[in-house]
Amino acid sequence: MSKKEKPLKILLMGNPNVGKSVFFSRLSGVHVIASNYPGTTVEFTKGLMHLEGKDVEVIDVPGTYTLEPVSPAEEVACQMLNEGDIVINVLDATNLPRNLNLTLSLCKEGVPMVIALNFWDETKHKGIEIDVKRLEAILGVPCIPTCAITGEGFNELIARLKEAKVGSCEYEDQERWHKIGEIVEEVESLTHRHHRLGERLAELTINPWSGIPIALLILFLIFKTIQFIGEGLIGHLFNLFFESLWAPFILRLSEILGGGGLLHDILIGRLIEGKIDFEQSFGLLTTGLFVEFAVVLPYIFSFYLILSLIEDSGYLPRLAVLMDTLLHRLGLHGGAVIPLMLGMGCNVAGILGTRIMETKRERFIATTLLAITVPCMAQIAMVVGLVGRYGSMGLSLVFGTIFVLWVILGLLQNRLLPGESMEIFLEIPPYRIPHLRGLLKKVWIRLIWFIKEATPWLLAGVLLANILYTFGIIDYLGGLAAPIVSGIWGLPPETSGAFLIGLLRKDIAVGMLIPFDLTLPQLVISSIVLTMYFPCAATFATLIKELGILDMIKAAFIMISSTIVVGGLLNLILNLIFHI
Amino acid sequence: MAVVSLTQMQQGKSGKIIEIQGGRDLTTRLEALGLRPGVQIEKIGSQFIRGPVMVRIGRTQVAIGFKMAGKVLVEERDE
Repeated sequence: MSKKEKPLKILLMGNPNVGKSVFFSRLSGVHVIASNYPGTTVEFTKGLMHLEGKDVEVIDVPGTYTLEPVSPAEEVACQMLNEGDIVINVLDATNLPRNLNLTLSLCKEGVPMVIALNFWDETKHKGIEIDVKRLEAILGVPCIPTCAITGEGFNELIARLKEAKVGSCEYEDQERWHKIGEIVEEVESLTHRHHRLGERLAELTINPWSGIPIALLILFLIFKTIQFIGEGLIGHLFNLFFESLWAPFILRLSEILGGGGLLHDILIGRLIEGKIDFEQSFGLLTTGLFVEFAVVLPYIFSFYLILSLIEDSGYLPRLAVLMDTLLHRLGLHGGAVIPLMLGMGCNVAGILGTRIMETKRERFIATTLLAITVPCMAQIAMVVGLVGRYGSMGLSLVFGTIFVLWVILGLLQNRLLPGESMEIFLEIPPYRIPHLRGLLKKVWIRLIWFIKEATPWLLAGVLLANILYTFGIIDYLGGLAAPIVSGIWGLPPETSGAFLIGLLRKDIAVGMLIPFDLTLPQLVISSIVLTMYFPCAATFATLIKELGILDMIKAAFIMISSTIVVGGLLNLILNLIFHI
Repeated sequence: MAVVSLTQMQQGKSGKIIEIQGGRDLTTRLEALGLRPGVQIEKIGSQFIRGPVMVRIGRTQVAIGFKMAGKVLVEERDE
């Protein structure tokens, strides 16, 4: 058999936030995350599409403003250019001049291309008219108006891929902007000014006097809504399912297994007063599934639903600008809001998101802040379930302390690490009304991703915890760790098991604290220590990949030392307060 | 007509960029979003305590860090 021909490679290139990822999903049927802020895509994603009976590779490339990269995500874009056979240059048609800058650079690279004038519906809405035929003649490549969200223009785009040509636009490098000006002058005309009222309202959310109160209100509403949906799902759906349908089934299984033995212990765990206690039985099919599906998943769903809504609306870049002054003092800039928010869903996603940052220093600070002081939603859900039983006081103590630590750790790193904070330089996209189908698709991708990532670790955690208990290893380790766990943090030595399992997954580790009847100060301390001391296995693997071994060792040193100190201080302070 | 930096410029005013005081790194970075000499620019506002400055160039809105904004000199248009 002759060697198979290498498939044709089509690159999707363009400025950040022009809709390349929506394009990609449409062309390849592979669904990727798309949002309304620059820098959603930090890595390339490959997918296949059929073109005239052949498989063609489509590659979603991170957005870039120029061919001179300033961040790792942009570097990927520039390297990919050498590999592509055809470039689909996606343009934001409402912003022709800035987008043409990259187009003209691409013309000089000698790659055949096709231009998609995306957001075509919005140009019409804004009263911008573009003479597409004229633009085609000037650039010498096919230009097709599109609207990726609705799919308008895609048939024509695909049909005309075979007409892809190297751009014929000639100009001197110093003259590029001049040339762009000429082109825009020739092809674009404005029929009426766009709405001033909407713009004024949009400005209220970014000007500090009105913007900061609005931001606080929005953040408050976000957290309340996440909690409301999360608790609603748990109380009215998942708990009901587990208690009334799953529990009787497991009890039957328990009988079949003879009510005891190694297999029984691993699958079902201990029966408490002859009943299944989903929080304490600690078998794979009881606590394992319950924690993941009945406690964590509802919160993950709720979080990603709200996050996706905020992402698609275009609010995050505005929040980034409002928070810039604070983040600047922590060694970051406003743009860090995006990876930090993503990290609240899952630290792994947050750490990958730091690739939009320009310097190594910034990435180090952002990743350590994420790993040490940003609890993921899985852990938050468990902490809310456990500490929340004692009212909102405990929760405020946990999350308030973590917030203060976040600020202190950032301030310290900014002070101690050589170099200085980068400046924000961020495009503020217009507000857009989230597209429901795209939004739900995105939530779905993230849920599936979570289930795939979390399930193996979670079940491994439960399994390992069982083995450690059965063979008495926990007691042995408890003795070893007692000087720190009991001596410094004031926790019972048996809780050491939770810290061991926390190296695999934090949610199940919080669950392991339930049987110990901890006091409120102990619950607060253990929740905070579990957040800080070391990342879970998946985050750890990502940290090594992104930071390298040497920086990981540095980061680990910061984690462990700060946890010992903070846990100790909290133990002193909280006991003083609560024992008066 | 007064020449001021973006940080000194008054909110709501517009003008023409006449100079960017910085090395090639800075000028290319700013140019990527369309900030270069000769371009019309409008200051939308700025954040508290030496926070970023928000501007509009054409139909693009951009937030620029305080220090960076201080290096962009604009000829303010009298109104």
